[in-house]
Amino acid sequence: MASKKPANPARELLFGDLWEFDPAPESASPHIAPRYDLFINGKFTPPRSKKYLASISPRDASKLSEIAIANAADVDAAYKAAAAAFPKWSALPGAERGKYLFRIARLLQDRAREFAVAETLDGGKPIRESRDFDLPMAAAHFFHHAGWADKLAYAAPGRSLAPLGVVGQVIPWNFPLLMLAWKLAPALACGNTVVLKPAETTSITAMKFAALLGEAGLPPGVVNIITGGGDTGHAVVTHPTAAKVAFTGSTAVGKAIQRALAGTGKRLTLELGGKAANIVFEDAPLDQAVEGIVNAIFFNQGHVCCAGSRLLVQESIADDVLRKLKLRMRHLRVGDPLDKNTDVGAINSMAQLERIRALVQSGLDEGAELYQCPASLPSKGFYFPPTLFSNVTMSQRIAREEIFGPVLSILTFRTPDEAVEKANNTDYGLSAGVWTDKGSRILKLSSELRAGVVWANTYNKFDPTSPFGGYKHSGFGREGGRQGLLEYAQLV
Amino acid sequence: MARLPILKTPKCLVGGAFIRSESGGVYPIHDATGAFLANFPQCTRKDLRNAVEAAAKALPGWAARSAYNRGQILYRLAEMLEARAQEMAEALAPGRKPSADALREVHAAIDRITHYAGWSDKFQGLLGSVNPVASPHFNFTVTEPVGIVGVLAPEERPLLALLSLLLPIITGGNTVVALASHSQPLPAILLGEMLAVSDLPAGVVNLLTGNRADLLPTFATHAHLRALSAVADARERTDLQTGAADSVKRVTLLPSESPIDWFAERQQGLYHIRDFVELKTTWHPVGA
Repeated sequence: MASKKPANPARELLFGDLWEFDPAPESASPHIAPRYDLFINGKFTPPRSKKYLASISPRDASKLSEIAIANAADVDAAYKAAAAAFPKWSALPGAERGKYLFRIARLLQDRAREFAVAETLDGGKPIRESRDFDLPMAAAHFFHHAGWADKLAYAAPGRSLAPLGVVGQVIPWNFPLLMLAWKLAPALACGNTVVLKPAETTSITAMKFAALLGEAGLPPGVVNIITGGGDTGHAVVTHPTAAKVAFTGSTAVGKAIQRALAGTGKRLTLELGGKAANIVFEDAPLDQAVEGIVNAIFFNQGHVCCAGSRLLVQESIADDVLRKLKLRMRHLRVGDPLDKNTDVGAINSMAQLERIRALVQSGLDEGAELYQCPASLPSKGFYFPPTLFSNVTMSQRIAREEIFGPVLSILTFRTPDEAVEKANNTDYGLSAGVWTDKGSRILKLSSELRAGVVWANTYNKFDPTSPFGGYKHSGFGREGGRQGLLEYAQLV
Repeated sequence: MARLPILKTPKCLVGGAFIRSESGGVYPIHDATGAFLANFPQCTRKDLRNAVEAAAKALPGWAARSAYNRGQILYRLAEMLEARAQEMAEALAPGRKPSADALREVHAAIDRITHYAGWSDKFQGLLGSVNPVASPHFNFTVTEPVGIVGVLAPEERPLLALLSLLLPIITGGNTVVALASHSQPLPAILLGEMLAVSDLPAGVVNLLTGNRADLLPTFATHAHLRALSAVADARERTDLQTGAADSVKRVTLLPSESPIDWFAERQQGLYHIRDFVELKTTWHPVGA
């Protein structure tokens, strides 16, 4: 009787454990100024508040620059400039307006590497992502919308389009320059002028972009960029001149803005939080799905409103997926975002790091099972290891609240109906993922999931031609495509 | 001896049934001559919540109806109203001989229903799109109903205004809870009877009568109402939007301070449907 030999475990090449990678820092200079003033009426203007905040690099907690804090009078000056610029800008032939946007797209492409390094230093995202995603996508948004400016008559059948006036826009810190592009490009194409406020912790690329507007020859006042914290944001969204407010950020702030605008007659679009389900069926190509799961939650350190933060795996393959996922996570390189080999960079701010830590602690307290890959994190800066929770139930905070960090909660399901029910059992409705080999199932799931974007056998894909935005508490309005364009025009 | 006629007790259409308010509350309406017309249900917040529940039950089925079928049902409603046009015109001015104006309103209402019956299988193509993304994906955006929608109709034009607000919402596959004109509730009661026999599934349209101020806060804050469409004054607009914020509702408002020409072409069409649809974008892989 030959006794059965124990099967050899599959051999794994875990390079990170065997050899150190040589550092491969991106060396292009970001050209970051020691101090940034407000960009009002085409000029860099010191804030009336005379106050500046320190812009900290999450990479090593060092001070990168100083950012002006705009007070109500500064915001008012920005709105005055935008209102003054509106008549001429909106009266330009569409083709001329479009040419400015084409120029902006090209200028961004010209200096993409420099901007990418600045973005990475300022926000903490890996250079690979800012270089290969944020910058090309931001330029693409300007390029796409440039072409709309003289074709507005085709955007709404039966009606023609007119601009709204001055638009107030407040953007988040997770994709600073890309969110700026999503906001500015359609607004300008439709003939509006803009007051835009970047996020407090990530204003540098917006201010570098302001300088680029001068090079594009954009008339003064068409775009005004003012910086600061929550008070500045409040002044931007409540200013009486704003005909429309567009906000991307947390659901709590979105609700507060909706309340603040009640009765004003201003238009509002909100792109808020999410707690997306990423659903993996047993017939899915598993290795591809595991790549997708990793991309869905660890892209940009999980600082993504549409991040696939709830993994729903069919019970029959749950063990397999978990094993493959843990193995794949061990290959993730966490660390200096400026290093070209880095997969997961720095957490955007100390405050965000603390929020992530608190929610992870709640997961442990509520009985979920934690796995973190063994990674040595840099001693300086804000870092959090890629984290996975199994044994998660629907009622736990980590399954309900947006963590906005590299933390994945895994739940299981048996039938497609159960998957849909669990996926929809949330106040949010921004996005979802479906992994299956069956095309008809993709389309059925897509029609049943209450979410604005459904990715099938892929995740976190974006395109200027493709409308993006949420259902339910994830907000209203779309960005991108013809549908997004129409949010910046009135139908006449 | 003159025969004593049977008077109709006004009842609200909720979930396909004709109800009085759960509270038993009523309010009297008098006709143009000052004579007592009837006691109308004074619907309460509880009635409103029950109506939302009925609308929730009806939503999946109505949303899943084919576009063609929704159009057929809407056209059937036009048939019902046409057949009872004279009666509806009388309901618009009880106690008087129906004026040319009342008939004009009824005819415009019928035409508006027909207009939306024709939209039921066309708005999707115009509001949705196939998007030429730069990666190997078939990327498309379709419309979906936003869900249950609350409607607050104005006092004036109690038939045409109510229908102008309702029709784009149900055409889009949503279900509705509507509050009718307080001072002229009879047309809404009659409309309820027509809706009930027009093949419209029970609960797709729920019509309440009652006091606006009592119900407005619940319309604003009820978390299951995903959108509101209202003709409202400045204070009501503020209250509706403030209350709506907590559940991130979409709110479509027309100011009641300036007169609205409900007969106008602009009071109907594609972009009224657009206000009550969600847009869903799907990325489907292209490959072998």
